[in-house]
Amino acid sequence: MIATLLRRDLGRLLPGGPGGAGVLPLLFFLAVAMLYPFAVGPDAQLLARTGGGVIWVAALLAAILPLEKLVADDLEAGVFDQLYLRGMSEEWAMASRLLAHWLAFAPLLLLATLPAAALLGLSGETTRTVLLGLLAGTPGLAAVGLSVAALTASLRGGAALAGLMVIPLAVPILIFGAGALARPDPGALLLTGAISLGLCAVAPFAAGAAIRAAREG
Amino acid sequence: MQARLAATDLACRRGDRLLFRGLSFACAPGDAVHIAGANGIGKSSLIRILAGLLRPFSGEVVRAGKIGLTDERLALDENLPLGKALAFWERLDGLRNARPRDDVLQLNALRDVPVRFLSTGQRKRAALARLLNAAPPIWLLDEPLNGLDEQARKTVEKLVAEHRAGGAIAVVASHQPVVLPGAQIIDLAEYAA
Repeated sequence: MIATLLRRDLGRLLPGGPGGAGVLPLLFFLAVAMLYPFAVGPDAQLLARTGGGVIWVAALLAAILPLEKLVADDLEAGVFDQLYLRGMSEEWAMASRLLAHWLAFAPLLLLATLPAAALLGLSGETTRTVLLGLLAGTPGLAAVGLSVAALTASLRGGAALAGLMVIPLAVPILIFGAGALARPDPGALLLTGAISLGLCAVAPFAAGAAIRAAREG
Repeated sequence: MQARLAATDLACRRGDRLLFRGLSFACAPGDAVHIAGANGIGKSSLIRILAGLLRPFSGEVVRAGKIGLTDERLALDENLPLGKALAFWERLDGLRNARPRDDVLQLNALRDVPVRFLSTGQRKRAALARLLNAAPPIWLLDEPLNGLDEQARKTVEKLVAEHRAGGAIAVVASHQPVVLPGAQIIDLAEYAA
């Protein structure tokens, strides 16, 4: 049952599916990496020093784009009601949604990091640190995104609010994930991963509770 | 397991309005209930309370048997062709390529049409097709006749009758008259607070 749901969620969220934001987050991500050198000038040293952080900020903002339809459409359509009547708890439905959301946006984002790093002239080692950091941090971003999307799904103008709410919640991931660039210390990456795992563990419950609350409202 | 649905002393509050109170009934296998009343009197809320999707303000509901619900929320992917959208629920309900009763609802010709292009009546029929596939012993139908033509209404009434003949329960909320032989009729206006 959960596999069937996961397949549907993936079909909806992957680029080309009706429920996702398509390749828009990727284009947005690459556009930031492309615009940054125009804005600060062609100082290669400066770009190489700050580029990793820019990629992190771009990734965080790109992660906000798919949130609008992540939960709201299905909540409106009564999909979670029908799942509940078939004995599937909101928590399982949200766990499936979390995995599908991460799969639909993170692998492509990691791929897009390579051209973005090239645009900013990052060294091989910095690029590696950014990639590892994003690999550790994106599950956490997805978890925060899902929780917030579920919380705001029943509100009018929820999408804009979701964007604002994700940013402060994502700060810990940003601090440790991007912080790994400043110090060659694997501890920061490990902490990023730990934060991500913690958020992923909590998100299905928080989002599930939000769905139930929206039903009562 | 015998299907059973019983409500005791239900009250429903939405916002700061008490919609109804003191509502009790019990259904044995084969029974039907027609919930009647004007718009906004709480029919849909009662259906959702019976389904367990809404907490009653007071009172309790006892259910034995799986619940099937059709209401104004279709829960089908609007962008998919009807056949594919229904196929997801068929897989979830454990049916493989089974479309035993679709023809009863005359949906086979619509299987390639995206859900968003379906008319009101066609959407109602699609929701009923999913209910038939899932075959739960307790049916909760919220305004099942809305937007249906004369022929489709007769089909729905026939399906409900067959369903009851098989020892199952049907609760129909409808502001229009429905042919439900021997059904208990609950006029929500009598329970309005």
